[in-house]
Amino acid sequence: MAVLQSSPHTPPQNSVSNMMVAVLYALIPGTLVYLYFFGWGTIINMLIALLTAVACEALMLKLRQRPLRPFLMDGSALVTAVLLALALPTLAPWWLTVIGTAFGIIIAKHLYGGLGYNPFNPAMVGYAMLLISFPREMTAWLPSGIEDFTFLDSLRYTLFEVLPHGRDYDSITMATPLDLVKTQLGLDHTMEEIIGNSRGLFQQAWGWINLMFLFGGILLIYMKVIGWRIPLAILVSLFVISTLFAIPDPDLRPSPWFHLFSGATMLGAFFIATDPVTAATTPRGQFIYGCGIGILLYVIRTWGGYPDGVAFAVLLMNMAVPTIDYYTQPRVFGEERD
Amino acid sequence: MTSQRLWHFFGGLRLAGHKAMSMKEPVKAAPIPKQLVIPVQQHIGSAAEPIVKPGERVLKGQMLARATEYVSAPIHASTSGKVVAIEERPVPHPSGLPGLCIVLESDGEDRWKELQPHPDYTELDPSALRNVIRDAGIVGLGGAGFPSFIKLNPGPDNSVDTLILNGAECEPYITCDAMLMQEHPRRIIDGLLIMKHALRAKQCIIAIEDNKKVAHTLLVNALHEHEAEFIKIVQIPTIYPTGGEKQLIKVLTGKEIPSHHLPINLGIICHNVATAVAVADAVELGKPLISRIVTFTGELLSKPCNLEVLIGTPFSDLFDFCHYQPKESERILMGGPMMGFIIPDNHIPVIKTTNCILVQDKQKTSRPPAMPCIRCGRCADVCPARLLPQQLYWYAHAKDFDKVQDYHLFDCIECGCCAHVCPSNIPLVQYYRFAKTEIWAQEREKKKADLARRRHEFKLFRLERKKQEDEARKRRKKALLQKAKDTGGTEKDSKKAEIEAALARVKAKREQQSRQRKNVENLTPQQQQTIEAVEERRRRLRNIGTTESTDKDSD
Repeated sequence: MAVLQSSPHTPPQNSVSNMMVAVLYALIPGTLVYLYFFGWGTIINMLIALLTAVACEALMLKLRQRPLRPFLMDGSALVTAVLLALALPTLAPWWLTVIGTAFGIIIAKHLYGGLGYNPFNPAMVGYAMLLISFPREMTAWLPSGIEDFTFLDSLRYTLFEVLPHGRDYDSITMATPLDLVKTQLGLDHTMEEIIGNSRGLFQQAWGWINLMFLFGGILLIYMKVIGWRIPLAILVSLFVISTLFAIPDPDLRPSPWFHLFSGATMLGAFFIATDPVTAATTPRGQFIYGCGIGILLYVIRTWGGYPDGVAFAVLLMNMAVPTIDYYTQPRVFGEERD
Repeated sequence: MTSQRLWHFFGGLRLAGHKAMSMKEPVKAAPIPKQLVIPVQQHIGSAAEPIVKPGERVLKGQMLARATEYVSAPIHASTSGKVVAIEERPVPHPSGLPGLCIVLESDGEDRWKELQPHPDYTELDPSALRNVIRDAGIVGLGGAGFPSFIKLNPGPDNSVDTLILNGAECEPYITCDAMLMQEHPRRIIDGLLIMKHALRAKQCIIAIEDNKKVAHTLLVNALHEHEAEFIKIVQIPTIYPTGGEKQLIKVLTGKEIPSHHLPINLGIICHNVATAVAVADAVELGKPLISRIVTFTGELLSKPCNLEVLIGTPFSDLFDFCHYQPKESERILMGGPMMGFIIPDNHIPVIKTTNCILVQDKQKTSRPPAMPCIRCGRCADVCPARLLPQQLYWYAHAKDFDKVQDYHLFDCIECGCCAHVCPSNIPLVQYYRFAKTEIWAQEREKKKADLARRRHEFKLFRLERKKQEDEARKRRKKALLQKAKDTGGTEKDSKKAEIEAALARVKAKREQQSRQRKNVENLTPQQQQTIEAVEERRRRLRNIGTTESTDKDSD
């Protein structure tokens, strides 16, 4: 440390690890709902991702000659791993998780300078890379409420890609509601037909997951780990744009509630887009950043090639952050009001 | 006293006060030390110039050093005794550098010089009042130490609407102003009335944080005796740094002092409550500023307290008086935890701006090694200047001094809120101070470079002129020769004339050169000394800058 130690001389109030640990805690309710509806797949993915993340983090710290302890203890790699695991489908082979996590930690985080310096959200970079490279594996969701698919079945599939006797891949996986709606609308079905035909429970599972992430997110806002501006901007803009398009065409456009409580909306709004390192930091900038994500999310879901768009929406807005921050500096004390 | 509308400033922190511990007992007078070390620079501005010599006997209150420039303040003897040395000693300054001090050995008699009181201040016009206050060496006692008479001079173009007395005392642990308000409320109002007279202010506000209820009540009672309806006593919310001048003005008036402006531009003047008492003592009793109240506090002390201390008393004497022995595991600050600095030496003296001596447990108040900034923006949420500390840090760290100024570095008041809340424990204020000093150094360099450039341009111009002159001379010579050839015979005369002309030119040139040299050489020893002192300081500052920056790099 410097010879001249500068004020303030107050005990530490907070730490990066505390913030990361709080994020991990806030993810627990949502994760439990995953477990309830989709079985053990997500938990297994999470463990693999965590191990990979810690190993990659340690390796990179070693290579970059950084102290291991403080950086491994900061917990940021764990958050990346858990977020990526939550975004992956339940039936992901082990190498999918490993590649995604390693890519996120090594390329997106450490090659850009490590904690605090990465312009792009590492979990989302890993996810986007997997989505582009392994589209088939990235859509292998088990239907919710499947009861005879045990922990061992999941583990066996993850490690060896072997399914239980008498089951084939197509019979066991199912499109997510977002995916289903997208395909069916493309086949000229109306919303009423699609929702009517699909199993209600499935949408219900995604609704519950989103609700729990919403709950965890509000907890984080209450604990002041994340700000309220980015999530609010995302949810409001998504709601507004989906309402605007659904009003003239309720048969051809999913309702705003469907958008808010499907896919990774809440996970993205409260846990992914709010990653402080890659998000906008000025108050007005955070509104713009959030609105950008909400709108892009709708655009990608509606007209893009992928059923969900959280990863791409966040990454695209990450790109815009330096510009947004530059042009949205707050009015300094004493400066004339515009 | 009637309910007053209040505004609030952005950001700030609600900090635990830790004030009760030092307010249990009334203010005690600290004993006269055997030796007093009185720095000639205890204020913002230029140092005072000693007017006594080693060996001289002085009386209490006698001027030891005079102010030589406008922004400066004289220094007085805190007790009677003998000047034993005028030399560099460790002084309380964040830089840790020593400063010139007048060392006084007390004779124990504590004999005052003859005082010139002005019991009725209304007899003095504002200008005479300012002179009295200036000669009493009064500076802002809140912490900055700006010469007070300047802030009692609104100047010809400004009129003062509101005079604010700052009794906020927003830093944790510090209670010297609170104790003063409790024990001498009448003197505060006396001083306020004098200040009001000097400024011809329309109204006055005494602002007190709402965690000082006793002080508030006692001041309100004292005010009743005066029947001065133009004075309001206002309780303000306890939010750090509400005692900052700009923040306080915002809270009381809703006005924001723009960057690079002074409160007087908006018709507002702000003084500390302790300064008001010093003004009352100076005018009504004729006493210069030779003592102040110092809070000596911290959880580790058996008896935290407030002491009335003579300026120049070494800290170590106060420690002895309070039966405190500094330990390795402890660290001693001058000022509060948010803006104070670690003292380099236990023998440094109490000066006019020493409001608090705080003893801390090193272990409990040290921060773990800094982590990288994760741009969480908590610093921006608490910055009372509404800056973006994370961006300032980014550019200060990268030594991008243009960008750091784009992000309004110089609006930073160094209150420490950002560093206090930083989850990565980055010593942000240290980076901002570093950037500020670097920029100041660069500006000095730039001025120097500009001068060098102008000199160089002049040299080029001079060479060019010489060349032209030479050519002209050659032409003239040629013409003369030609003429001589043409006419014949008068060659000698023309040559003679030419030599005379050349001699005259050389003579003129010499005269000019000697005149020029005189201008440079004619410096008084004083001027020479000042120049050398400035150069010396610059050199040191530059050294500090470089050691600091290398430390940063190794983080």
